[in-house]
Amino acid sequence: MNISNDQIIDFIYAEARMLDEQRFEEWLALWLDDGYYWMPLDYQQTDPLLVTSLMYEDYFMLRLRVQRLTGARTFSQKPKSRCNHVIQRPFVDEINDNNIKTVTSMHYVETRMDDQFLLALTATHELRVVDDKIRIANKRVDLLNSDAAFGSIQLLP
Amino acid sequence: MQSNTPNASHIAALFKGDQVHRDVYTSDAVYRLEMRHLFVNAWVFVGHDSQTPNKGDYYTTHIGDQPVIQVRHSDGEIKVLHNRCPHKGTKIAIDREGNTGKFFRCPYHAWSFKTDGCLLAIPLKKGYVDTPLKNTENVKGIKPVGAVHVHRGFVFARLADDGIGFDEFFGDSLSSIDNMADRSPAGRLEVAGPPLRYMHQCNWKMLVENQTDTCHPMVAHESSAGTAISIWEEMGSPEPRPAAMQIIAPFMSPYEFFEEMGIRTWPNGHGHTGVNHSIHSDYSAIPGYFEAMTKSYGEERAKEILDENRHNTVYFPNIMVKGPIQQLRNFIPMGPNKTLVESYIYRLVDAPDELLARTAMYNRMINAPTSIVGHDDLEMYERAQEGLMSDGLEWVSIQRLMTDKEDYSAEAIENGTTERQMRNQFDAWVKFMTVSMDATA
Repeated sequence: MNISNDQIIDFIYAEARMLDEQRFEEWLALWLDDGYYWMPLDYQQTDPLLVTSLMYEDYFMLRLRVQRLTGARTFSQKPKSRCNHVIQRPFVDEINDNNIKTVTSMHYVETRMDDQFLLALTATHELRVVDDKIRIANKRVDLLNSDAAFGSIQLLP
Repeated sequence: MQSNTPNASHIAALFKGDQVHRDVYTSDAVYRLEMRHLFVNAWVFVGHDSQTPNKGDYYTTHIGDQPVIQVRHSDGEIKVLHNRCPHKGTKIAIDREGNTGKFFRCPYHAWSFKTDGCLLAIPLKKGYVDTPLKNTENVKGIKPVGAVHVHRGFVFARLADDGIGFDEFFGDSLSSIDNMADRSPAGRLEVAGPPLRYMHQCNWKMLVENQTDTCHPMVAHESSAGTAISIWEEMGSPEPRPAAMQIIAPFMSPYEFFEEMGIRTWPNGHGHTGVNHSIHSDYSAIPGYFEAMTKSYGEERAKEILDENRHNTVYFPNIMVKGPIQQLRNFIPMGPNKTLVESYIYRLVDAPDELLARTAMYNRMINAPTSIVGHDDLEMYERAQEGLMSDGLEWVSIQRLMTDKEDYSAEAIENGTTERQMRNQFDAWVKFMTVSMDATA
C-alpha cells in the first residue's frame, strides 16, 4: 500500500487530538506492542537506559498510566487535568517501505484547577504501516527545557 | 511564630515530643532561622566526587539557601566555596557544571582566584594601595565553607567554622552509604547522568518525613501500584513480570509487610526503614553480578553486603539514599512552601550494566515529574501545605507507636510503622536550630 504524505500528516494531527480529547483507549490502539514512549531528561540525550529519562515506557507502562487516570482513588487526578496540543505541520523525514519517520514541533498546555503550564517540544515519531494501517512503533518527545525543574506533568505531551 | 525575634525557647516550644507545631512547615520566620542556624550547624550533602573527577572541574549547588561551588583543587582535594565574588557579590559559576582550569575568574571585573578560593589577582591593583581593602574579608578571596568531608565519594559540608565533627554527626548511620558503595565490586560509585529535578510547592521537611512513612504507600499509591497489579492479573499473571510490576507493585504490600520491615534510628536525626527486608528485597538476580562480587569480597562477605536491603535511609537534615538502588534524593529548601527535589543515580563500578538500567528505571518510574507514583506523593504534600493554613488545629500528630521514654541519643530498632524517625528528626531539628541561638527570651 502506498501511504501519502497527507495520510501521515493527518495521522500525527489525529493522535494529538486523541490525547487532547482524552480518547486514551483509541490512542493506545495506535501503538505496536513493542513500542517505547521516550521523553529524555537531557538535551540531545542518546541513551534511554543507563541514564535517567523523564519517561521511557513500554506498552504495559503506557496502559497503566492511562488506566490510572480514570481510577477511583487517583488522588492527583481529582479533579482531572486537561491538555491541549498546538502542532506545526509535521516534517515527513523518511518513508522506506513501511517505515516512516516524522518530526513535529508542538506547544503543549496542561492545566488543573488554577494552574496551567506551557511546554515547547519536538515529537519524533517512528511509524510503521501494518495491515494498511499506520501504527506508532516508537515516539520520542524532546522538551525544549527538559533539564528544568518541573512540577507534576500528569498527561501526555 | 509570635515573636519577631525568635530564640531558642521559642524554637524548642514548636516540638512537644509527640506533636509538632504547623509553623515549622508554614512560617517564613522559622524557615529563615532554619537557613541561618540548622543548615549552618549541620553537615549537609553537597555532591559526589565523581561529579568533579578532574582538577578544575566544578559543580554548583545549594546548602540550604546558600549558593556553593564544589571544585577539584590543583592538589586533587575537593573544596566547597561560597559562590560569590568577594568584590561585588557576582556569582562566580553560573552553569551547573564545568571546568575552570587552574583558577576562577569573575566575569564582572576579572578578580581571579585559585580553586581553593585564595585571591590570585585584581586588575589595576594600585587603585587599592593605601585603601582599607587589605583590612577586610573582601581581600581574602572566595570564602570556603566551614568544613568539608568526603565519605566513600559523598561530599558533605558544614557552613559553620566550628561545630559538631563529621563522625560524631553521622555515627553508625554511615553504614547505609557504606553498603551502597560496597555493592560495587570495586567499592566505588560514579554518578550516572544529571538528576531528575522535580519542584514541590511544599515544605522540605514533609518530603524528608515521607521517606520513613510506611503507612502511606498502600493508600496514596493504590492508583499506580494497585492498577499495575490488576492489569497484570488481567493479562494472566505472566512471568517474568513486566518491569513496572517489579518496581511499582511492592508499594501495595500490606501493613504487616511494612510493620515487619522495621525502622532503625540513630542519633542526630538519621534513620532508615527496611531493617529486616524491604520493597527492594525481591528484585530479580542479574547474571554475572554475584560472581563479580564474590571475586572481590569472597562469597561470605558478598552475601552479607547483598543481604542488606535497607529501603530509605534519611541523613538529617535533607537527603535520602537507597542502597539497593544506588539512588540519592536531595530535598533542597527554596522557601517555607517550596522544595526542589533532585534525584541522582549512581553506577556501581565494575558491576553489570543491567543494574544501572534498573536503577535508572526506578528513578524515572517513581521520582520523575512525569511519574505516576510521584504525582500522588506531591498531591499529598501540597494538600498538607494548604491544609496547614487552617487555624482549626495548630498541631501535627507524630504519635504513632510512641513509647513513654524514647531516647534519641541511642540507636533503636522498632516496628516498621513507627513514627519514631519523625520524632528523632525533630529532636535533632531543635538541637541544631538552637545550638547557635541565644537561650533566653
